[in-house]
Amino acid sequence: MKKILITALLAILLVSTVSCSKKESDGVTISFWHLDTADEFKATWQKQADAFMKLNPHVKIEITILENEAFKQKIATMMQSGNPPDLFRSWGGGVMNMYAESGLLRDITDELKKDNYIDTISEGPLGVYSYKGKVYGIPYTMGAVGLWYNKKIFKDNGIEPFKTWDDLIAGCKKLKAAGITPIALGGNDKWPGHFWWVYLAVRTGGKEAFDKAYGRSGSFTDEPFIEAGRLLKQLVDIKPFQKGFLGATYTDQSTLVANGQAAMELMGQWAPSVQAQNTDDKKGLGDDLGFMPFPAVSGGAGKITDAMGGGDGLAVGKNAPDETIEFLKFMMSGDNYKELMSSPISILPTVKGADKYITDPQEKAVAEMTAKAEYYQLYYDQYLPPAVGEVVKDATQGIFAGTKTPEEAAAMIEKAMKEEN
Amino acid sequence: MNNKINRSGYFSKGLFSRNSLTAFAFLAIPLAVYTIFVIYPVLQAIWFSMFKWDGLGPMTDFVGAKNFLKIFADPVFRIAIGNNFKIVFLSLFIQLPLALFIALIIARKFKGAVVYRAIFFLPYILSEVIAGVLWSFIYNPQFGIQNTILVEWIPFLADFPFLGSPTTVFYSIFFVMIWKYFGLHMVLYIAGLQNIPQEIEEAARLDGVNWWQMNLHIILPLLKPTIFLSIFFSIVGSFQTFDIVWAMGKGEPVNAAETMVTYMYKFGFQRFQLGYGSAVAIVIFIITLIVGLVYQKITASKDI
Repeated sequence: MKKILITALLAILLVSTVSCSKKESDGVTISFWHLDTADEFKATWQKQADAFMKLNPHVKIEITILENEAFKQKIATMMQSGNPPDLFRSWGGGVMNMYAESGLLRDITDELKKDNYIDTISEGPLGVYSYKGKVYGIPYTMGAVGLWYNKKIFKDNGIEPFKTWDDLIAGCKKLKAAGITPIALGGNDKWPGHFWWVYLAVRTGGKEAFDKAYGRSGSFTDEPFIEAGRLLKQLVDIKPFQKGFLGATYTDQSTLVANGQAAMELMGQWAPSVQAQNTDDKKGLGDDLGFMPFPAVSGGAGKITDAMGGGDGLAVGKNAPDETIEFLKFMMSGDNYKELMSSPISILPTVKGADKYITDPQEKAVAEMTAKAEYYQLYYDQYLPPAVGEVVKDATQGIFAGTKTPEEAAAMIEKAMKEEN
Repeated sequence: MNNKINRSGYFSKGLFSRNSLTAFAFLAIPLAVYTIFVIYPVLQAIWFSMFKWDGLGPMTDFVGAKNFLKIFADPVFRIAIGNNFKIVFLSLFIQLPLALFIALIIARKFKGAVVYRAIFFLPYILSEVIAGVLWSFIYNPQFGIQNTILVEWIPFLADFPFLGSPTTVFYSIFFVMIWKYFGLHMVLYIAGLQNIPQEIEEAARLDGVNWWQMNLHIILPLLKPTIFLSIFFSIVGSFQTFDIVWAMGKGEPVNAAETMVTYMYKFGFQRFQLGYGSAVAIVIFIITLIVGLVYQKITASKDI
C-alpha cells in the first residue's frame, strides 16, 4: 500500500513538471527587450507596442527593460541558453555576427524585400545589421561620436573649437590652469575610454591601417596603432579628467558635463539626451552645448571627415514569430518612425528621407558628419569579435591608468586578434 | 519504543528491504535535484573546459589542457587569486578579531546592548549588491557624501578617488566587506558566549582572575568551536566574493580588484569564451576544495 502511494506520488511529480512546458495556443506573444530606462524613452516604445497591438488584437508584446550594462550581461546568458528574445536591442557588428553565425538570429531578408520595403532603409546603416549578405535586424538610428563641449566655458576661457590634436592638448592645459576639469570620462565603464583610442587610430591610420590589421595582412602593432596610444598617453599625462575618473561610470561622465562641472566629453549622438536626463530640470546645457568633430592628427592618414560611430537597432531572435517582423516594419516606417524621430530615441534617421524631421542644429551637424564620412568605422568593441573587443577596452584602460605603455596595449590587442583567428 | 525500532531495524536489513526502499523513495527527489543541479553541471564544466568554445555554436575546437595553461600564464588571474587570498587573510586578522572584541564587550548585559547588537548586525541584512551600490555613491569623489563629510573632518581625504585608483580600490571594497560581515561574526560569537555556563565565570572570578586572564584562558578556549565555525564561513565566503566587487566597479580599474569569480564571469559572459571560463571555474573549485580539506584536517586534529 505504502509503496503504491509513493510510486503514485512520484508519478504525479513527474507528470506535473512535464505539463508545465505546455505551449500557449491562441494568440502570439512577442518578447521585446530594450535598454532605454528613462521615462520618456520607455513611454515611446510602449506607445509603439500599444499601437501595434491595437491593430493586431491577437498579438501580445511583452517588453522587458534592463539598464545598459545589465542588458548586455543578461542578453549574453539568454544567447548561451539558446533562447534569444524575439526582438531585442542590438548594436550590430561583431557581436551580432557571432549570434548570426551560431544560428541564434532570424534571417529577415526576404520579409524586408517584400514590397521593396528594404529600399527605404539607408544601405550603410543596414549593412551594420547584415552578415554574409543576410539581414538580421534594422537600425533605427545611426550616428557618430564627436566632442560635445560647453560653449560658455570655452568662450569664457578664450578657447576656439579644436581643429587639431595639438589644439586639444593646448586647450586642455588652458582649462586646467583655470581650475576647470577639461574632460569628463567614465573610465570604469571602459567603452567611453576606448572611443579616444579608436578615434586616434582612425585619424593616424585611416581606413587602410584598420582594414589591413583586421584582414590580417597587417597587425594592430603597426605604427598607426602605437602612435594612437602615444597621442593618448600625451593627453593622459596632462591629467585632463575629473578626479577618480577610473572609478567613474558613463552616468558620472554625462552628469559632470550636463551640470557644467566639466568642459567636454567624447560621446555619440545620444549625448545631449542623456545629459538632459542627468540634470534636475531635464534640460541639460541647452544652447550652451556645442558639437565638434574629433580633431585631426597632423601627419595622420585619416581625414578629419572620417568618422567613428555606430547606431542602435533591433535584431530578431531565431524563434521570433512572423508578427515580430511586421511590428519592426510598423515602427520603422511612416508616422510611427516620425514619432520615434521626435523622441530622444532616434536622433539621426536610418529611414531615407526622414532627415527633414531633424530640427536641432547639433543633431544636424552629427547627421551631416555621418553622411559625409568616406570612411565610417563602427566602434571597435562592437565591430571586432567580443573576445577582441573586450581586450581593446582593457588595453586602452591600461593606457588611461598608466599601467600599459602604448606598445604593450597594441601588443595585447594583436595577441587577442591572433588567438581569435 | 526504542527497542522496537532497533529490532525492526530501519537500517539493519540490507539495501533492498522494504524500509530502505521507502528511504530511497524519499531520497529520490533530493538526490535527483543534487545530481541535476550540482554533479551534472560540474562534469559538464570539466568537459567544456577542454574546448575553445564561445558558448553559442557546437563545440568543435578541442584544445585539451591548453585553457588551464593559459589561466596560470595570465597575470590578471594571478592578481585575482592574490586578491582572494588577501581577502582571506585580512578577514582572519582584521574582521574576526574585531567581531570578537565587540562581541566580548556587548555580550554582557548593559543598558542598550541590544541596540548596539542591532546596529552592528544591520549591514548584514542588506544584499551585497545594495551595499555595493550604496558605497559606490558614498565613495563617489564628485557627488558622494564623503565629499561633504571628509572636507570638514579629514580635509586631505576629500574627493579622494577611493574606487578610482588601482592602489586603493581593493582596500576600499574590503572595508565595505568588513562593514557588512563583521556583524554576522559578532552575532555568532555572542551566541557562543551565551552558551558558556555562568558558573565557570563566577568560579574564576572567585579565584581572582582579571579581565584579560578570564578572556584569554577561559572564554576563548570555550569559544573555540564557534571561532572555528566563523573562520570556516569567512574562508568560504572569501573565495566566493563576487557581488560586492561587481557592484563596486567590476574589479576595475585595470583589474586591481579582480577576484577569481569576477575573472571567470568576464570570460564566460562578456568575452564569450565559455570553454576558458569553465576552466577557470574548475580551478576555483579545486582551490576551494583543497583549502576546505586542509582546514578540516587542521580543525579535526585539534579535536573539535
